[in-house]
Amino acid sequence: MAAYVLKRILQGVLTVWFIATATFLAMHNVPGDPLSGERATNAAIQANLEARYGLDKPLTEQYLIYLGNMMRGDFGISFTQQNREVNDIIREHFPVSATLGILAVTFAALGGILWGALTSLYRNRMPDYVIMFLVILGISVPSFVFAALGQLALVNLNSLLGVSVLPVAGWGTVSHMILPALVLGLGTMAYLTRLMRSSMLEVMTADYIRTAKAKGLTPTRIFTRHQLRNAVLPVVTVLGPAIAAITTGGFVVELVFAIPGLGRYFVQAVQQLDYTVIMGTTVFYGAFLVFMVILVDLIYGWIDPRVRLK
Amino acid sequence: MSISKIPVRTLRPADFELLPAQSAAPVIVRPSRSYWQDAWARLKTNKRALVSLYIIIALILFTFAGPLVWRVDPARQDVDQISVGPGVDRRAIVVEPWQAWDGSSLAPGYDSGEGLQLAADPTTQSVRLLWSEVPGATYYRLYRNLFSATDIDALGIPMADFSAGGRRWYEDLLDLQPREYFYSITAFDANNQRMDEFLTISADVTRVITMDEVRSKELGVDIDRLQLGDEVFLTFHPLGTDYLGRDMLARLMAGAQVSLFIGLLAPLLFVSFGVLYGATAGFVGGRVDQLMMRIADFVVALPFLLFMILFQVVFGIGPGESGIIPMLVALVLLSWPATARLVRGQIMQIREEAYVSAARLLGGSHMYLIFRHMIPNTLGVILVTLTFAVPSAIFTEAFLSFIGMGVAPPTASWGSMSNEALKTMLTHPHELFFPALMISITVLAFNLLGDGLRDALDARMRGME
Repeated sequence: MAAYVLKRILQGVLTVWFIATATFLAMHNVPGDPLSGERATNAAIQANLEARYGLDKPLTEQYLIYLGNMMRGDFGISFTQQNREVNDIIREHFPVSATLGILAVTFAALGGILWGALTSLYRNRMPDYVIMFLVILGISVPSFVFAALGQLALVNLNSLLGVSVLPVAGWGTVSHMILPALVLGLGTMAYLTRLMRSSMLEVMTADYIRTAKAKGLTPTRIFTRHQLRNAVLPVVTVLGPAIAAITTGGFVVELVFAIPGLGRYFVQAVQQLDYTVIMGTTVFYGAFLVFMVILVDLIYGWIDPRVRLK
Repeated sequence: MSISKIPVRTLRPADFELLPAQSAAPVIVRPSRSYWQDAWARLKTNKRALVSLYIIIALILFTFAGPLVWRVDPARQDVDQISVGPGVDRRAIVVEPWQAWDGSSLAPGYDSGEGLQLAADPTTQSVRLLWSEVPGATYYRLYRNLFSATDIDALGIPMADFSAGGRRWYEDLLDLQPREYFYSITAFDANNQRMDEFLTISADVTRVITMDEVRSKELGVDIDRLQLGDEVFLTFHPLGTDYLGRDMLARLMAGAQVSLFIGLLAPLLFVSFGVLYGATAGFVGGRVDQLMMRIADFVVALPFLLFMILFQVVFGIGPGESGIIPMLVALVLLSWPATARLVRGQIMQIREEAYVSAARLLGGSHMYLIFRHMIPNTLGVILVTLTFAVPSAIFTEAFLSFIGMGVAPPTASWGSMSNEALKTMLTHPHELFFPALMISITVLAFNLLGDGLRDALDARMRGME
């Protein structure tokens, strides 16, 4: 087990290095220059600025400095806000995105398991049809439409009741988080519902379920102890990629709900060609995702002994 | 396996004699069906998949034949009809060109009376107002509102102030739309204090048009026979217009071209590349396979949307460019590994099959094995992957365009149209509704078709849903 964990972590580090290199190469091929134009009015100022950011050195040297700094966890200074370190920006905005992401993943996983189990219980009956129809809707309608509709519904609800049930946009309190998290998790929840349903139906015909029935266990006990527990496993497997999809898919929701998350900041940085912020954010996100996937895989090994034995 | 006993008998010459021809025995065999015939038969029984197929065909017709039928330039602005919804009143009355008002003449049917009143029919050219003097007032303030004014503190937008001795008339020319307006006036006393009373009047503005405008807008009416007071119809927009007065239907068609171009071409390219890559890795195996798959793992680990945005920047969208090609390249660069992994797995499985070994024993070359056995046997899975790749590509395009990182304006795509419409969602919901509906229908159709294809083509995945 320890060897496996070590191997996975080493692989993860290698992957992060690849992401860092890809980002570095990509950013150094961007047309345009963040230091030219109104920022550097003459050649001397431009040279000074380039020296400050180390852009006057050869590319390989820049790359080594970049890797070295990154290993020490230093992502440099922002190009557009010269008094701000990229680390500060990440420290300020990432918790917002992470909170939103965790809430959305929790919501998607719980909802997916619940609805999936329900549809399998009511297979080919009305609740199954209704939920599966909603699932198809959830997969097919883009999240910005859900976000817009959610806001619209909330505005109407608030004005109908005369009190602010939930705030329509912004960030700060728990009430701000509910609607964006719901919207963000909706697509993943639809996907997980489908997965859970097929997994439940597959488990239903398994030998151990027949054995449990033969032993005379109550249907409730069979459902909770045998069927549900085994059917949840595939859902856990895809949770890693789901976390990745949700955290990086947060841009849209952050934009619509005016949430000061890292996704929105990233889009802004890209528009302003803020090299260091773009590189820092990408590598940080990449590392976060890589290790999230590893973590989920390890958890999976822990809850499913069959995987651990391999 | 047990060996059954075969009775041994010596062969005689009679055994080798021809038998007399027998009458044809009834042949009880089903007509042989090929894999694809079988798949098609299965697909045809799946109603959802079939309906989706028709929707996709309709969508392709809409995209490519639509612009031939609805010949409207998607970039043309109709400034008379900005952000109008579908099915609005398009009537306009032909009138004389506007002439300045002296503030005293009254249109027929209007009398000067007490309070605030209209001096002529309110039109989109002008609304003429008159009011009578209020005792003790030093100046008046005129307001315009879109809603009935009932509260003196909420009378709308102040239009102008008038001192008491001066004129007591006003001609409103400011951006008049064919709808009801409410004008109110308040008076201020000698101490600059607002008096408690206010007067209000509603003006139901009708749309008017001059002869010159009819001529310049090419409305398709015979100008020579047109007379003052006639009714003409403004340009028809079946689905309304957007915030710049561009025809929604034409823009949806133009957007469909962008969305389907990316949605179909990108999956085609990256699935093809993935197939080649995965087939090579799976077929060659060993060290090469491991190296190739590690590279694929690296690409998978890149945060997808972040790198999509990054690539958009790296390729750069110059002035006048639409940004479609960078998005296509970025999608292909980032999306191929999933197909490659799948195909590699399939190829490795098929490589060990008995029929492949048999073909190899019979002297089949590598090329023969690949093109005769491996690719046809993976084609079903590839087709399913392709069908599911289309909606995700369309989604990606819509997301990127929505956050302003996709196609550059004025290029229309469903995502960018949704983005533009979001700001005015509450007042002009149709601008968001139509592109969102198109995205949803397209994604839905491809998803359902993919489900159907998977059920029909892949025996192992059958009944997995």
